[in-house]
Amino acid sequence: MTPLLSVQGITKRYGHHIGCADVSFDLYPGEVMGIVGESGSGKSTLLNCLAGHMTPDAGQVVFDTRADGPRDTVTMSEPARRMLGRTDWAFVHQNARDGLRMGVSAGGNVGERLMAVGARNYGDIRAQATDWLGRVEIDATRVDDRPTTFSGGMQQRLQIARNLVTGPRLVFMDEPTGGLDVSVQARLLDLLRGLVRDMGLSAIIVTHDLAVVRLLADRLMVMKSGHVVEAGLTDQVLDDPQHAYSQLLVSSVLQV
Amino acid sequence: MTMQNDAYNFAYLDEQTKRMIRRAILKGLAIPGYQVPFASREMPMPYGWGTGGVQVSAAVLTPEDTFKVIDQGADDTTNAVSIRTFFERTAGVATTTTTRNATVIQTRHRIPEEPLTEGQILVYQVPIPEPLRFLEPRESETRKMHSLEEYGLMHVKLYEDIARHGHIATSYAYPVKVEGRYVMDPSPIPKFDNPKLGNMAAIQLFGAGREQRIYALPPYTQVVSLDFEDHPFVASKADHPCGMCGAEDSYLDEVIIDDAGGRMFVCSDTDYCEGRQTAGHKGKDAA
Repeated sequence: MTPLLSVQGITKRYGHHIGCADVSFDLYPGEVMGIVGESGSGKSTLLNCLAGHMTPDAGQVVFDTRADGPRDTVTMSEPARRMLGRTDWAFVHQNARDGLRMGVSAGGNVGERLMAVGARNYGDIRAQATDWLGRVEIDATRVDDRPTTFSGGMQQRLQIARNLVTGPRLVFMDEPTGGLDVSVQARLLDLLRGLVRDMGLSAIIVTHDLAVVRLLADRLMVMKSGHVVEAGLTDQVLDDPQHAYSQLLVSSVLQV
Repeated sequence: MTMQNDAYNFAYLDEQTKRMIRRAILKGLAIPGYQVPFASREMPMPYGWGTGGVQVSAAVLTPEDTFKVIDQGADDTTNAVSIRTFFERTAGVATTTTTRNATVIQTRHRIPEEPLTEGQILVYQVPIPEPLRFLEPRESETRKMHSLEEYGLMHVKLYEDIARHGHIATSYAYPVKVEGRYVMDPSPIPKFDNPKLGNMAAIQLFGAGREQRIYALPPYTQVVSLDFEDHPFVASKADHPCGMCGAEDSYLDEVIIDDAGGRMFVCSDTDYCEGRQTAGHKGKDAA
């Protein structure tokens, strides 16, 4: 089986500082990969390099495109990479305001990706937008309301709907539950787990919340100071951490 | 009396500036709908009064030209009168209010009703050249969207219109696609005028002074107004005949005539309206 995403030796430096160094892994279709680590450990840098928001200094990000098979997204042309960004890829920001157009109605937010790939029938666009609002548990009567009138949890769910409407195959998530209260987090995680399983999505989730990866991720990478210090199955890493930092991370979780 | 011999260079601008603007115009004509940056000069009028249009006019005017200026279709409004006088004094060119006789027409917010012909130049005053501005505030990003032809966002605006008003409520500065490539802001002309943009015999030049952009449509260019399959573009106007000349096919201004709700509709194109009245047409409000 061809990996959906094959990452080899991704390195990004900020001057003398290391963003992330020599990260390699394969992600197979339907697999969810978690990346955990403390603040400044290079998780977000890595994610941005993978999603094409940043150009890595070295390494390859080979994505199995629908049309042409495996292609290196670092060296592919910018139009092709941006096209991937609105079709086969999705990016869920930590702060929903970064991923939404706050001045545009919920329906317009969801419809934007459809229109970006050529949908020109208002009725169809609106029907799909309404359908997706339902899937992320937003009432259909809110379709013409602006995201500014939504709660934090609703904004995050709207952002997810907006990203998944074109049926992407790979979703990048940067702390999708950050800044939400725990009950809203729980519902969002439940929703995400359902969507990922139903649509057979592959996902890369960056988080510092071990509960999130425990629930969603099949595999886990632990990062520290830009390096991957441990990788393996989620349960294996969390239940039997080998590296000193992983042990610290696992033992730092407060037990209620 | 003209002043160009002693006080000003012909048509106010110095020759190097005109050269720079002409290069931008030529580039704009070569890439229809593409916004060409240019080094906009300070003009002796405030931004928003047509500094871009005036610079473009100054760069294309020759001593043999006949110049016409319209503001919202009218020859006799402040903006039109002051710009016309400006070029009378600094270029000494002949001026006219008759569309047919003009070789260069500078316009704010209208296209004349009378079809323009080959050899004429229509110069638009443009306040905001970037059609994506209010959807995407980052200029770096909109430029990238133009270069990569990513225009989905333009339809989001139209979607929002329909979602909020039940129909496409954008009635002026209605976005168009030029030759299947660039999405362009046609300046704040009413969408009634949009169909005239395409396949026009005259050269159309757009100047935005504050924003320092020039763009252009060469003659006989394909210009399509954006729309949805199930909400097609409609060129709308007030559903009345002109009160002065009775024209049914011209764009109308609504004029309040008393404080008891009285109003009349008249052609916004004064030259067109006067021409029809001279030819004997009479509307219901004509004296």
